[in-house]
Amino acid sequence: MIDSSWLTEFPDMSRRELLAIRQTLDGAYRNFSRNYGESIENFFDPLLYFLVWFENLLIETPWWIVLAAIVGLVYAATRSWKLCTGVLTAFLAIGYFGMWEDTMRTLSIITVCTILSICIGIPIGILMARSDRAKSIITPLLDIMQTMPAFVYLIPVVMLLGIGRIPGVIAVVIYAIPPVIRLTNLGIRLVNKETLEAATAYGATPTQRLFGVQIPLAMPTIMAGINQTIMMALAMVVVASMIGVKGLGQPVLKSITNQYFTLGLLNGLAIVALAIIFDRVSQSYAKRAQKHLEGTENG
Amino acid sequence: MDNTRETLIEIEGLYQIFGPDAKNVLPKVKAGASKEDILAETGHTIGLQDINLSVKRGEIFVIMGLSGSGKSTLIRHFNRLIDPTAGKIKVEGDDIMELPIKELTTFRRHKMAMVFQHFGLMPHRCVLDNVGYGLLIKGEKRAEWKPKAVDWLETVGLAGYEDQFPSQLSGGQQQRVGLARALCTDAEILLMDEAFSALDPLIRSEMQEQLIDLQENLQKTIIFITHDLDEALRLGDRIAVLKDGKLVQVGTPVDIVLKPEDEYVRAFAKDVNRARALTVQTIMTADTSKLEGISAKDVRDSFPADRNHAFVFNNNAYQGVLTKQQLDDMQDDDLLETALIKVPTVRRTNLLQDVIPLSLNTRFDLPVVNKQGELKGRVEASKLADVLSP
Repeated sequence: MIDSSWLTEFPDMSRRELLAIRQTLDGAYRNFSRNYGESIENFFDPLLYFLVWFENLLIETPWWIVLAAIVGLVYAATRSWKLCTGVLTAFLAIGYFGMWEDTMRTLSIITVCTILSICIGIPIGILMARSDRAKSIITPLLDIMQTMPAFVYLIPVVMLLGIGRIPGVIAVVIYAIPPVIRLTNLGIRLVNKETLEAATAYGATPTQRLFGVQIPLAMPTIMAGINQTIMMALAMVVVASMIGVKGLGQPVLKSITNQYFTLGLLNGLAIVALAIIFDRVSQSYAKRAQKHLEGTENG
Repeated sequence: MDNTRETLIEIEGLYQIFGPDAKNVLPKVKAGASKEDILAETGHTIGLQDINLSVKRGEIFVIMGLSGSGKSTLIRHFNRLIDPTAGKIKVEGDDIMELPIKELTTFRRHKMAMVFQHFGLMPHRCVLDNVGYGLLIKGEKRAEWKPKAVDWLETVGLAGYEDQFPSQLSGGQQQRVGLARALCTDAEILLMDEAFSALDPLIRSEMQEQLIDLQENLQKTIIFITHDLDEALRLGDRIAVLKDGKLVQVGTPVDIVLKPEDEYVRAFAKDVNRARALTVQTIMTADTSKLEGISAKDVRDSFPADRNHAFVFNNNAYQGVLTKQQLDDMQDDDLLETALIKVPTVRRTNLLQDVIPLSLNTRFDLPVVNKQGELKGRVEASKLADVLSP
């Protein structure tokens, strides 16, 4: 009699074959990381130095100077005393509840991740907007980056670079960069066709078109992307703490394992406060920078 | 129309086929396959086919057609915002299709300026920076072009709006900015793509008037796209009618209205208010026979035999109309002055609508004179009636 078990059970490959595949891939990657791990680590060294320097700067500078600098920046960006008061109150509360250092650590890593995401994301977004082929390649990659559980790509990163800040930054950037890429692309593609034609008709070069028309007109959309990127970076803080990134995420992790409800809540609230501050400040800065879009629409 | 002007732009055998494999579809189109067949067979759309036209220096050349006729596609070939599938576009004898990208940019910066239907202004730049945009991208310093931009802004009637943003202006004002931007570059050729179509009727006719006024001093070569025949007749020195990507007729406004070459143009021309579109020129009878003198005996011999009235001049100045009847009743020494009937004169450039009331007020023909007051012809009421009731 013919074996008909495939009707009831999926005809999967044998465990031995699967094991072989896993061993081959794992082995190859292990070899790769042994051979190149160090040079890759060296490659990221400047970033690490900057991270450490920035973190130390925030922590070792007297708290009131840091606070004054933050409030000053917020005012410069938004010109709103209301927001400044809110930021001041939030940071005073954070400090009072003993979370100042962790908050500074988180602040530094989020700032670095955001700057990195913008520096890498906007050029990729521009490339995507200019070439349909690039778009068709990059879009599925972005889909993977956004849906793949963070832990899965943490494994190879940790294998390669060990535990610490750099793998944390890489994980956060991978998770947080898609919005700024997508929205840069969208923003540029949505630029009014006639306005762009006008630039061409008057003899603008491609560079003049990009920096004189496309990027300025795409700015509201790009700013929305940056805002989303910051929010997603903050959301990754707890996950990143699992691979040794210090900051507000670690106490939260500790609370989960030890069931310290209050500790978790306080640190969670501090993350929320940071998120709200980043969101409001970046949005009101964007709005202020796009003042010309207001005005009466008549005709 | 002055026929001696030199040709500035020439378009020869221009084809535009939209689709991935346009070059290979081209022979079929040239062989005469219809738009529908091409679409069904190959999935390609014919935008323009076999366009041949020439634009003379200093004229307003209007390209008229309904939406989908390809007129906006056509105007974008003049400065190569769109590249044709086949054909030549010559400006001053040089085929701009052969320009490498760098020279094309130079060409666009110096030779042509464009005005867009929806203005195409930069919303993030103030009005002044918009007007100076063409000079700005040439690399001229702001201080150099600023006075010029301010001047043009004043010419189009927007002095004092320099620091506003386009979104703060009305549609008409925005298009004035668009016009100032085009004029500020000093380009000889002006491309206007349905420039006034997005404006409401009052503003539109105001802008048309402004364009005509400006053109009198500037003498630019203007390619004007419109879907509105009234606008075409008002602005155009010559009009090209475009239908389904083909040129149906090219001619003066009068040719289009009075001698439509096919049903399509005829249908268009039917709805035109002829009294507002045509001038005296189109209906006048060129006849310079006149009576010269002050008394009856001066003119008795020269009175035209086949007519019952004639125009009397003295020292080349028009005096009035004299009927045959009256002349017969007069003695030789009677002065004509007492018998003359005052009939007003008209000019060749007068619109028929201005002539109708004059013609209705008299039983006689109207004398047509030129600027110096010399007789050039006459307007007969019957001809006026003929042309107004097709």
